[in-house]
Amino acid sequence: MSVYLPLLILLSSLVPALLTFFLPERAHGLRNGLNLGGALIKLGLITVMLVSVGRGATYDFSMQLAPGLVLALRPDALSLLFMTLSALLWFLTTIYAIAYFEGKPNQSRFFGFFSLCVAATTGLAMSGSLITFFIFFELLTLATWPLVIHQQNRASLAAGRVYLAYALPASAALLIAILWLESVTGPILFSTPAPLDRLDDTSLRIIFALFIAGMGVKAGLIPLHGWLPVAMAAPAPVSALLHAVAVVKAGAFGIARITIDVFGIDRVEALGVGTPLAVLASATILWGSIRALQQDEIKKRLAFSTVSQVSYIVLGVALAGPFAVIGGLAHLVHQGLMKITLFFCAGIFAERAGVKKIEGLNGLGRIMPWTSVAFSLGALGMIGLPPLAGFVSKVYLGVGALQSGSAWALAVLAASTLLNAAYFLPLLYRLWYLPPAPDAAGDEGKPGLVVPAVLTAAASLGVGLFAGSPYSPLGWATLIVTREYLP
Amino acid sequence: MSADAYAVTGAILIALGFYGLVAAHHLLRRVVAFNVIGSGVFLHLGAYATRYGPPDPVPQALIITGIVVALSATALAVGLVVAHALASGRVALPEEAEDD
Amino acid sequence: MDAIVVLLAAPLAGAFLSIAAPRLAVVASALVCVVAFVAIGLLGAEMLELGPAIVVPGNWGVPLGIGLEADGKAVAFLAMTALVMAGVITAASVEFAPGSGRRSFGFWPLALLLWAAMNAMILSRDLFNLYVGLELLTLVAVGLVALSGKADALAAALRYMIFALIGSLLYLLGVVMIYGAHGMLDMGLLSARTPAPADGLALALMTAGLAAKTALFPFHVWLPPAHAGAPAPASALLSGLVPKASFLIALRLWSEAMPDIVRPEALVLIALLGAVAVFHGGLLALRQVRLKLIIVYSTVAQLGYLFLIFPLAGGEGAAQPWSAGAWSGVTFHAVSHALAKAAMFLAAGLYMRAVGSDELGAIRGLARSMPMTTFAFGLAALTLMGLPPSGAFTGKYMMITAALASGQWWWGVVLLGGGLLSALYLYRPLEALFDGEGPAEIIRPRRREELAPLFLAAAAILLGIFSAVPFDLIYVGRPDAAVTGL
Repeated sequence: MSVYLPLLILLSSLVPALLTFFLPERAHGLRNGLNLGGALIKLGLITVMLVSVGRGATYDFSMQLAPGLVLALRPDALSLLFMTLSALLWFLTTIYAIAYFEGKPNQSRFFGFFSLCVAATTGLAMSGSLITFFIFFELLTLATWPLVIHQQNRASLAAGRVYLAYALPASAALLIAILWLESVTGPILFSTPAPLDRLDDTSLRIIFALFIAGMGVKAGLIPLHGWLPVAMAAPAPVSALLHAVAVVKAGAFGIARITIDVFGIDRVEALGVGTPLAVLASATILWGSIRALQQDEIKKRLAFSTVSQVSYIVLGVALAGPFAVIGGLAHLVHQGLMKITLFFCAGIFAERAGVKKIEGLNGLGRIMPWTSVAFSLGALGMIGLPPLAGFVSKVYLGVGALQSGSAWALAVLAASTLLNAAYFLPLLYRLWYLPPAPDAAGDEGKPGLVVPAVLTAAASLGVGLFAGSPYSPLGWATLIVTREYLP
Repeated sequence: MSADAYAVTGAILIALGFYGLVAAHHLLRRVVAFNVIGSGVFLHLGAYATRYGPPDPVPQALIITGIVVALSATALAVGLVVAHALASGRVALPEEAEDD
Repeated sequence: MDAIVVLLAAPLAGAFLSIAAPRLAVVASALVCVVAFVAIGLLGAEMLELGPAIVVPGNWGVPLGIGLEADGKAVAFLAMTALVMAGVITAASVEFAPGSGRRSFGFWPLALLLWAAMNAMILSRDLFNLYVGLELLTLVAVGLVALSGKADALAAALRYMIFALIGSLLYLLGVVMIYGAHGMLDMGLLSARTPAPADGLALALMTAGLAAKTALFPFHVWLPPAHAGAPAPASALLSGLVPKASFLIALRLWSEAMPDIVRPEALVLIALLGAVAVFHGGLLALRQVRLKLIIVYSTVAQLGYLFLIFPLAGGEGAAQPWSAGAWSGVTFHAVSHALAKAAMFLAAGLYMRAVGSDELGAIRGLARSMPMTTFAFGLAALTLMGLPPSGAFTGKYMMITAALASGQWWWGVVLLGGGLLSALYLYRPLEALFDGEGPAEIIRPRRREELAPLFLAAAAILLGIFSAVPFDLIYVGRPDAAVTGL
């Protein structure tokens, strides 16, 4: 059992994905059962793994593809942080998507590729070697494209084109970095420190930059973030996937992996590449917020907010102090929970009330109370109001910045908090304090849409309230960092 | 001595044939040129048969095989040339001028 | 070792049967498929245990007799041929249903003869025997190009034939010179010969001839009209299989028969031509507005990749540790290209029949009415782009690793750049397929016609996921130094 547990977790999304492709469009019950069943099984398996990894167990499943090309699944604590998030959100997004796509065409294609994306994310999270990571990273890129163009209209095709135009050169950069590194060091496993001393510092800096460029596209670091707002042409469940479950997170997770497990935090500092990365992340945080302020479409505003928020994770990792890393990693989960809440709600506003622009939110608090409460919780969390999830992340990031002697980062956090408030509070004001437009109408008649949003909103409150528990995202991030710093 | 004469003749035929294959546009001429090259190569090969003391039978076997192959190629080529001429009314490839 | 004889005899017998009894052509072809798969399976199993299998038909020993030898690469190429054949036969059983006219009468014997010629060229080690195989392959391929009988197809066939015949004659001339200098034609014996002054010229002549047949830049001008003009199942065979045979012989000459006389500059020159082909073909593919022409120019580009192996595994590189990776890499690349390219042509044929044209404007939105075909097309495109988890990625990974290990990183850059270029030119048809609702009325393909490209494209992907088994096979018959690899 223990040897095959990683494989089983991977298969729990891969098998439903492959089977779904071959289901006829009408087989709703079977398709929904397959995907929800897979998600439940996966959650169960991950729980088993969480408990035993928490106790110090290790897993290893390897399959030789070719000499030097080993597919290695070695989930560790960092893997589980990301995997648990994506599995939980997969389950909720599937419920949401079933309700969202009811009566719409091409459902088998959607759910097939959606589960394939989750499978790729799971594989990427569990990857034990660089090349395994790359293979799943690529699979994720490719499986996302059919989702981005799902509506098959001009806007979504353009979004798909832009997405690949960013993603494919990025993966070439990533492949160059990996092959360059491995041609000198041999295959790199995350569990063992790589013999990077065989390369001179300049080469290592270039390789590091190539890695960041390759992952940075997915993580939405400026100037590589351009695809993310364009991809808003996709339906709401896809936005949830891009922004919370898989894609953007995969980029941030990758940067964490490279920094922590390939180069090592000490070497990143010694090479002098940590500060430039932290500066880039800070610039992204501020730029994303400023751009978010200028948007009057709800989804676009949320998209730029993601650009900004994901860089908190990168900032935490780049600052390289223990507290900063804990804050960054915890934010990986916190941001996912809050952002998916916001996108779920934006989707409900668009589908059930026909509201896509900010002006349309006026007075919807009374018409659609559940959705509005969930949206408000997500937005307040993003701003960092205690005791919500975002507050916990920001405190740790701030302490970490001081600890690693980068007090300037505190200014970035403060400015970003103000900007977050500036672009979220007007929305809440419209929801709760302005009178509804005379023709405003909306209902929350579909529990499949509303319940997931309420659950994720509650979760983003819960992870803040119970941040002290060892199985909270913060507790788990602390475990990761303790193992890293005190092996 | 005579073997060298065959070899030289073969080489000349090969050169002539290649010239014809490239210079001629009329497809039948090209087919003939191909056969001239083939003959040159076979003659050349035949000349090697006497190089090592007693006559070597292998080149003859090779030449016979080669002639059969060249014959089939020629037959297919002529068939295609005729079909092409019937279908398009031309004896040269498109974009190439017909010879006088 | 009987398997080797069966692999040569079965397609030939099938070809004769399909001429004698045209109504049984599909049955005969299916039978040949089954026999071939069993034979390849037995051969592979035997080889893994006992090493390369050698047969000398008629008990005439080498050098007088002709040696047939199956090593790892040979079995990989045999399996590639059989898989592509199986897919094409399945698809063609509808388009060329027996009794539906002259074209269907012609297709089956030609396809089976092509198979026999491929197998002969993969297995033979005798230079003259390879000449006969080359000629048979050429004549059959010309016949397939001319199958439609239209004027432009005939012109394309004739142009192809002129190039191919020049190529054959150049090759033959080289063979004659080798025989003149050494009195032997077996590759194994030649590798132990005493070098003669004429060897260099002979090798150059043979290589030029083979390059013309493999459509290496600048000898590629015959390929686009010939491959685009043929019916889709024929194009699948022509583009997927035919150039691989002449490539394999060229590679064997440079790395097995006569690596001792090869000069590094010559290796670089060949790889440079390959690199030019990658970019030239890619850029031309980017400018086409017909789906079939995009696929055809992609063949020009993808064949260019194959030649990048020469500086990695040819000449002195043949004995280096990285040559094993390069060899396996190029084999993976060749096999997955064959599968994906055949899948793509079959899919293109279905689109073409559905809407009566293969212009990108005409196939818009067909993803909706032909999802399975489009899925196959997408998988094939992924393979041609060299992205994981396809077999082409494994191949590319091995080749880039070998390039870096040998200090020639620039070939790795060509591989990556070519991959990005292929993503660009393949994206255009993919986007067109997903653009809008598509026409309401189309001519629907039969179920098995849709399954054939899916089967081929899936095989190219599975090759990447389960590449460990083929790897062990490809290594059989490698020199010891190379087996250990990097």
